[in-house]
Amino acid sequence: MAVVTPPVPAPARTTSPARRPRSLLPLNLVSVAAGVGLWWALAAAGLQFPTPAEVAVQAGRMAADGTLLDDAVASLLRVLTGFVLGSAAAIVVGFLMGWYAVARGLFEPWIQFFRTIPPLAMLPLVLVLLGIDETPKVFVIFLAAFLSCVISTYQGVVSVERTLINAARVLGAGDATVFARVVVPASTPFILVGMRVGLGAAWATLVAAELLAAQEGLGHRMQTAQLYYDLPTIFVGIVSIGVLGLLMDRALLLGGNRLTRWQETR
Amino acid sequence: MSTATTARIAVRDVSRHFTVGRERFTALDRVTLDIADNEFVTLVGPSGCGKTTLLNILAGLDHPTSGDALVGGEPVRGPGPGRGVIFQQYALFPWLTVRGNVEFGLRTAGVGRRERRERAEHFIRLVGLEQFADALPKTLSGGMKQRCAIARAYAVNPSILLMDEPFGALDALTRVRLQEQLLDTWNAERRTVVFVTHDVDEAVFLANRVIVMAARPGRVFATVDVDLPHPRTEQIRLSPEFAALRNRVWQAVHHQ
Repeated sequence: MAVVTPPVPAPARTTSPARRPRSLLPLNLVSVAAGVGLWWALAAAGLQFPTPAEVAVQAGRMAADGTLLDDAVASLLRVLTGFVLGSAAAIVVGFLMGWYAVARGLFEPWIQFFRTIPPLAMLPLVLVLLGIDETPKVFVIFLAAFLSCVISTYQGVVSVERTLINAARVLGAGDATVFARVVVPASTPFILVGMRVGLGAAWATLVAAELLAAQEGLGHRMQTAQLYYDLPTIFVGIVSIGVLGLLMDRALLLGGNRLTRWQETR
Repeated sequence: MSTATTARIAVRDVSRHFTVGRERFTALDRVTLDIADNEFVTLVGPSGCGKTTLLNILAGLDHPTSGDALVGGEPVRGPGPGRGVIFQQYALFPWLTVRGNVEFGLRTAGVGRRERRERAEHFIRLVGLEQFADALPKTLSGGMKQRCAIARAYAVNPSILLMDEPFGALDALTRVRLQEQLLDTWNAERRTVVFVTHDVDEAVFLANRVIVMAARPGRVFATVDVDLPHPRTEQIRLSPEFAALRNRVWQAVHHQ
């Protein structure tokens, strides 16, 4: 096999994989530029795609008349409300399950049951029960975020090293202190992983929920555009969702890295 | 005997049975021993002789099946800041700096910020980590981690230090240096120390008294008094007196 390009030397992995070495950034940019170029080429070759320029123009138009911002804000509010409530509930329930066997026994069957159902599959029922305003959409997002995060939090609590708990106890710590000053910090990395997965699930659920039932929001905008065969608007929606999701994920990752700097990374 | 009343630690007929599957396993079989105030005792023996179990019982992390473990005349009912424990795996809180680790027990005890800081500073200096006070454990070597753990145990001012093979995971050179440092620390601030090890040299070098245990069932096999002078220097480690004691302990451990 002919090797066309010399292998890129692996950067030294002294930092966590999340904090990428700066040398990868040019590659990222090249990759993005190539992707957009390919998109443009395909559109020019007669595929039924709008060109990047057309999408940019449409985005500019939507930004100018305020729909883009309104839609983005509507979607973001839903995601953030559902995600924050879902993560908060997941952390509380996950801690209870990890710390008290009784709570584990009571919660576990329900969580295992609902985990097998995609939150979206609950939407028809939720729409009937909660009406068609914000509540059902936020609820399914809440469910998606909660179910992604709760198991991870629980895992974090039960995998706190026994010796660390013993070390705290021999230093005079009671149950409350052990919990607050050992179990909580030790499970933070697990919680953050759960929250990142939860954020992804929340976005996925949001768009689908908006496709089904909403008056505004990025998903709703794309749904309407589909009726009018308005491909540029659909592309604007896709790109906006992708960019917003990426930004939120990065923000969470950055915040998380600050909290878990103490971790030994390989 | 008067030792029974003056002994800091009194172990009376302590047995500990474990049930593994359907098998009953005797980790400790009617162990009785006394340890006086400010004595440095090492427990040495083959694996399975129950030395760690005995230490955990004294720490309050485990309970005897029968018999009594008394500290200062009171039965041990759980862990407490009067008995500091140093674990083989260091057990430092990885999210806290060296200072944060050393201050942990002081915060638990409700010591105010300023005094906490001063006391932590004192013990960090005592183990020679003052340049690493703000470092996270992940940046420390094994020996430095264990020194931090020693400072953390000392900081809450326990009258008893229980050490479970604290230097077992370290290389031979670091181990020797830490043994000397531990004795320096102990000479500066005397405590009652119970030190578990499987290393005969370490047992003799550190101790006022070596307690040799035997396995299956775990029991006290022999006691060897170590009357070597302090400070224990390299000369002592290489002396014929040391060698003679070492031979006695070696015989007891390896030919039970």
